Amino acid sequence: MLPYLVAEPFHRLLQFVMTQTEAPTTKLPSGHHPAQERKWQDYFTFNTDHKVIGIQYLVTSFVFFAIGGLMADVIRTELRTPASDVVSPELYNQLLTLHGTIMIFLWIIPAGAGLANYLIPLMIGARDMAFPKMNALAFWMLPPAGVLLALSILVDAPQAGWTSYPPLSLMTGKVGEGIWIFSLLVLGTSSILGAINFFTTIIKMRVPSMDLNSMPLFCWSMLATSALILIGTPVLAGALILLAFDLLVGTAFFNPTGGGDPVVYQHMFWFYSHPAVYIMILPLFGAISEIIPVHARKPIFGYLAIAYSSLAISFLGLIVWAHHMFTSGTPAWLRMFFMITTMVIAVPTGIKVFSWLATMWGGKIALNSAMLFAMGFVGEFVIGGISGVMVASVPFDIHVHDTYFIVAHLHYVLFGGSVFGIYAAIYHWFPKMTGRMMNEPLGIVHFILTLIGMNLTFMPMHALGMQGMNRRVALYDPQFQPLNELCTIGAYILAVSTVPFLINAVWSWIKGAKAGDNPWNALTLEWQTTSPPEIENFETLPVLAWGPYDYGVERIPEDIEPPLTSPELQPDTSALS
Amino acid sequence: MLAGIALTLVSLWYGQNHGLAPVQASADAVLVDDLFNTMMTVGMGIFLLVEGVLIICMFKFRRKPGDDTDGPPIAGNIPLEILWTAIPVVIVLVIGVYSFEIYRIEGGFDPEAAEQSPVQVSPVQVAMLPDTEMSAPLLPPASQPVSHKPMHNHMALGVGGMPDQMKDPDLTVNVMGLQYAWIFTYQDTGVTAGELHLPADKDVKLVIKAQDVLHAFWLPQFRLKQDAIPGQDAELRFTPTRVGEYPIICAELCGPYHGAMASKLYVQPADEFDQWLQQQIASQPNSDQTVAAKPAADRTDADYLATFAAHNPVDAAALEQLHPHSMQHSMSEQAAQSLQPTA
Repeated sequence: MLPYLVAEPFHRLLQFVMTQTEAPTTKLPSGHHPAQERKWQDYFTFNTDHKVIGIQYLVTSFVFFAIGGLMADVIRTELRTPASDVVSPELYNQLLTLHGTIMIFLWIIPAGAGLANYLIPLMIGARDMAFPKMNALAFWMLPPAGVLLALSILVDAPQAGWTSYPPLSLMTGKVGEGIWIFSLLVLGTSSILGAINFFTTIIKMRVPSMDLNSMPLFCWSMLATSALILIGTPVLAGALILLAFDLLVGTAFFNPTGGGDPVVYQHMFWFYSHPAVYIMILPLFGAISEIIPVHARKPIFGYLAIAYSSLAISFLGLIVWAHHMFTSGTPAWLRMFFMITTMVIAVPTGIKVFSWLATMWGGKIALNSAMLFAMGFVGEFVIGGISGVMVASVPFDIHVHDTYFIVAHLHYVLFGGSVFGIYAAIYHWFPKMTGRMMNEPLGIVHFILTLIGMNLTFMPMHALGMQGMNRRVALYDPQFQPLNELCTIGAYILAVSTVPFLINAVWSWIKGAKAGDNPWNALTLEWQTTSPPEIENFETLPVLAWGPYDYGVERIPEDIEPPLTSPELQPDTSALS
Repeated sequence: MLAGIALTLVSLWYGQNHGLAPVQASADAVLVDDLFNTMMTVGMGIFLLVEGVLIICMFKFRRKPGDDTDGPPIAGNIPLEILWTAIPVVIVLVIGVYSFEIYRIEGGFDPEAAEQSPVQVSPVQVAMLPDTEMSAPLLPPASQPVSHKPMHNHMALGVGGMPDQMKDPDLTVNVMGLQYAWIFTYQDTGVTAGELHLPADKDVKLVIKAQDVLHAFWLPQFRLKQDAIPGQDAELRFTPTRVGEYPIICAELCGPYHGAMASKLYVQPADEFDQWLQQQIASQPNSDQTVAAKPAADRTDADYLATFAAHNPVDAAALEQLHPHSMQHSMSEQAAQSLQPTA
């Protein structure tokens, strides 16, 4: 009896999950509802369509990108002169805290989630995500948390940096720090819900003819990303809850005045926040692996190597966190261990970079905005990768840790990498999302301004850090002023660079040239349906007639309707929507 | 082939001539710079290779107008892939072993640091929760004796002595970080100062502590940095090799005036340094009582500060507010108010 009592609810739960992922196949196959159109109002509602949610994520995150970017420009204006003369020192620290937090948790991570939401079901031939309601819930946690965080600047924003190390974070204002912790807990939960969805969908809902090794590489990178989110984020939540106790109840987990250990917080924080770097870059690695073969008209070079290197990065990414703590309370042997694991990450990352280069080599490259940003991604990211190996080296990191060298390094990875990748993805998939092409000349202007602005802003920071400028300062030694002025000009160019993009996106969405279903002549499944895809993605569920990157290989002519498999074999999630 | 040679030569040249590093004022600086130059050489090579391939692709492999055909269907090349996996493995291995060796020579594994000499337990590190029941069983901070078995000091943090100098340092200075200043106490003489004077070519050990929040003690010209952590001692041990005046920078965000938390290091010839030290010893008793003679634990905060108030933005009143008694309360406002004019 007892085993039954235990087993029964579990069995029901299992059944519930199973019906969510593999809905009964006797339902209407598809195509039986009259074709519905999305109305603009749908994008402001609790909608379970993964495509609506994907666009909600992308647009919301871009709004926060603009807010975070504005803060960056205020910071750069302050740093134009050595004195602290534009904003008060407290406001300066609030701005740098919010800038970091917003760019990470409300721009890059959600933008990656947006792309994943939009693309995964289309790429694997599913009608929606595995848990559509949970998916909508995950998105709708984002705006309140983000608005709360951004508005905290009106009352008392957090000012202990995005790392929020105690004891400082326990002493700089309870309200701001409390808001920061709460908002991050909500955003982390949202991220976990999203990851559960991505993982389940990719594993369980591919069309039957698609095995793991014929998945588009974007799906591989999202598997790796989801694993990192699921393992890392709960640890961050733990750290934040303990920090909240220290802050609000006066416990002393991390507070040395009660015998707590501030270094433990650093370990817990970085156990998530280093993998977070890969959570931010892996989805874009995936997107770049999709974009380059299409516009170079060549198969991806080394599919398996790229796929498994994502998993290798994901695994290694979990055991490198203390390289953020080489000058902190980390004993010598631990410093050496984390130095070696960190350097080893260069190997799978190098495999990806070389594979992308080999994919382009000998191709027939269309230098459109998407491809320019993809190539810019490779060229800029590699600079961040090289400086990444340098700062992994303990003796060198002891010199440059917490200096502008690190600021330069991280922005080459996250701006030169992630942001270039997001732009490339938007130019590439915009025709699919909206059914309209983006304007090419404006896109090229956008690319050139971004490339110049990016390098002008962040390249001089390497030298600043080497020569002795510490980070997170509002006032600095006058000898550093000339280089800082260059950085500030670069930051203004970056601000201007978003204008052609915004005009392009809005104008093209309304008035752009019709794109047709497959303007790039691409082979992955998302291009085999209408643009924008109908509400349940595919009229009839597709069957793989070719691999995702079979460029230059003789293929079945496209006008032949792919044969239908028997309805029993088709995953059908229409019951969910 | 020619491109390869050019690439190698440019990398080799740039690795030695990047001009990014500040002057070298210690043996550590020379070691770290050699390591950096090596990494810069390899890094420059990879950078030129990748950017070069990208630029060639942009021009040479651009699609001709009207050509809608696909490129050659090359989906991989196992030997090539093994090659570009193996080469980074070797590079990373070499840099890893090299870094390990530099770290060892710098004194990263100093076995002496693990079992340090008696450490003076400062009041802050013992009686941490004043005005609560928890602190009741503890002795009042002032009567805390010098502890010979520090509980919090069981692991070595920082960079210790170079392995070939298995002896006591010539000079030991306690470094206390607090918002927003560094306080230097010379262990043998009890001299306290707001700026650090060190003799050239002597083996110096700094014992780094923090009073309130995390700070980081950074000497860019020495390529040395160590966080100051409340409740834990860390050390930096090195030999200044170049006479001069160098900045001391706090490299860990410690509050709104973090950027103002800077001091100076004066490396002086040994005789000049001794002169300075004698001056300090002579001048310190002049302030009503013999501060230097007092045991460290008996000194008040005002005593500490009196000797170097001229150099320092923190006065006794500010320090009172920084003390743990007031830490739980609106720390930031008080500190900001008292520090604003001078910072």
